[in-house]
Amino acid sequence: MRARIAYIASNTFREAVRDRVLYNLIAFALLLSGAAILVGQISIEIEKLVVINLGLTAVSLFGVVIAIFIGIGLVSKEIEKRTLYTVLSRPVRRWEFIVGKFFGLAGTLVVNTFFMAIGVFAALFYVSHKFVRADALILVALYFIILEFLIICSLALLFSSFSSPLLSAVFAFSLFVIGSFAEDLRNFAGMAHGVSRWLATGAAYLVPNFSAFNVITSIAHEQPVAGQLILQNSLYALFYATMALSGAVLIFERRDLK
Amino acid sequence: MKQRRKTTMIATICLIVSLAGSSFVLHRVDQLRPQATLDEVLFLSSPKLIKRASLGYDGLTACIYWTRAVQYFGYRHHYYAASYNLLAPLLEITTHLDPHLLVAYEFGGSFLAPPPPHGAGQPERAIELMEYGIQNNPDKWRLYYNLGFVYYMELQDYKKAAETFERGSRVPNAHPFMKIFAAQMAQHAGEYETARMLWSATYQTTQDEQIKQNAIEHLRALRVDQDVQHLQEAVTRFGERTGRLPASMAELVASEGLAGTPVDPDGHPYKLSSEGRVEVRVPDDFPFVTKGLPQGYKPGAKFRGLP
Repeated sequence: MRARIAYIASNTFREAVRDRVLYNLIAFALLLSGAAILVGQISIEIEKLVVINLGLTAVSLFGVVIAIFIGIGLVSKEIEKRTLYTVLSRPVRRWEFIVGKFFGLAGTLVVNTFFMAIGVFAALFYVSHKFVRADALILVALYFIILEFLIICSLALLFSSFSSPLLSAVFAFSLFVIGSFAEDLRNFAGMAHGVSRWLATGAAYLVPNFSAFNVITSIAHEQPVAGQLILQNSLYALFYATMALSGAVLIFERRDLK
Repeated sequence: MKQRRKTTMIATICLIVSLAGSSFVLHRVDQLRPQATLDEVLFLSSPKLIKRASLGYDGLTACIYWTRAVQYFGYRHHYYAASYNLLAPLLEITTHLDPHLLVAYEFGGSFLAPPPPHGAGQPERAIELMEYGIQNNPDKWRLYYNLGFVYYMELQDYKKAAETFERGSRVPNAHPFMKIFAAQMAQHAGEYETARMLWSATYQTTQDEQIKQNAIEHLRALRVDQDVQHLQEAVTRFGERTGRLPASMAELVASEGLAGTPVDPDGHPYKLSSEGRVEVRVPDDFPFVTKGLPQGYKPGAKFRGLP
């Protein structure tokens, strides 16, 4: 079982890294990190802040775009090209296929993030001429960004398991936007009464809470991140990605592929 | 193959000619509409709305708005503008997006408080901005220092200035001069000396070259103001003694027993007008002086009268 999942994951990874769009997006993210140096120069005393904010935002946003646009095609492309039938005719279970695809995409995103992070650190070194201890906090922000990607990957796969690529992209991106407002939704639930309160609370817990993963601003100010937050965010991402993947497996298991 | 090369050549020429043509026309259009820039418009003015729209990337958005504020102030200051209407909203948006962006309070206050053309002439907004900064960063003594500075320099409110410096002196790791300033303000004695101390402290405690340069300009202006005041007092004394105005600076120097003709920080001798006014020779070199400016003086080369 593990070998089959690993095989699907490595194939997914290889297929993803051959995609030219991926390189364009990474190049664009690196370009933005470089541009941060220029933006810092037309402002006052925020060179380092701009490099961290713009660099990490570029890593996050481009990663989300990569996750969505590769994730939505993972299942539908296989159906369209009819390669899925070849895979499933072998002793591979449907859930193994979904889980393998997830790990393949997650691996792609981790590698992408690694390269984009090198760009951010290079830009940071260019403006600061040295690294200080507080710069290590950027690694925490990058870790949270990767956790965010895992959730988005699982959501893209969930939508991809029952919908067309276009609709999957719309759903996944909408959830990303809604997830950024999750705390507002929770505040709204706190103010509502009766059924509205229950509905709003339910929605607030159902949509992913991406705001908890965004520590870019505080890290740019060298404010430390609590160890508890790292632990809780890791657990949250694990649970949420597992939930979405389970949903994808449930749907895909029952999907008529004829 | 030949046909393809021909098409490539023609398309390349068309591309270059069109690019040059469009750039030229755009340049002409800009000349026709000189002030038609997006910088002058704040489409979204609600900090809360902008914070929501930033999808959690509020740090980056704050940096963008801070850069916009700097560019807006820099452009209008360069042309000696008489008003800075968008400055306060831009700074408020910036600091609501990122309440820990200290530079926005420190510089923002000094952009907002001084009267035009050196600032927006809105010391009340500067105070609001810095109080918001203190509320969000109570452990940063420099914010108290900047706030006290505005109370003293722009509003001459010695009581508030003393209170603010005193509050700041209680912040852990506050610079020891905060206590001295609090005492100075309480006495509000020796205005030139206090102002010189404040600007010297600003010069010594900042790492930013622009702030250092600004502090130097103010220190130079203070020296000129003090020199002009002393010389003007000497003219008055001369008048009381002789019943007439001194005919020249040399006569004034001789009557006061000065060692030589007094000069400004650049080494230019001060002038004495026929009406007995002591004036600086090159006022454009001292943008912050308040005394010794020739009558009807307007900041010359840069002055283009932006509204």
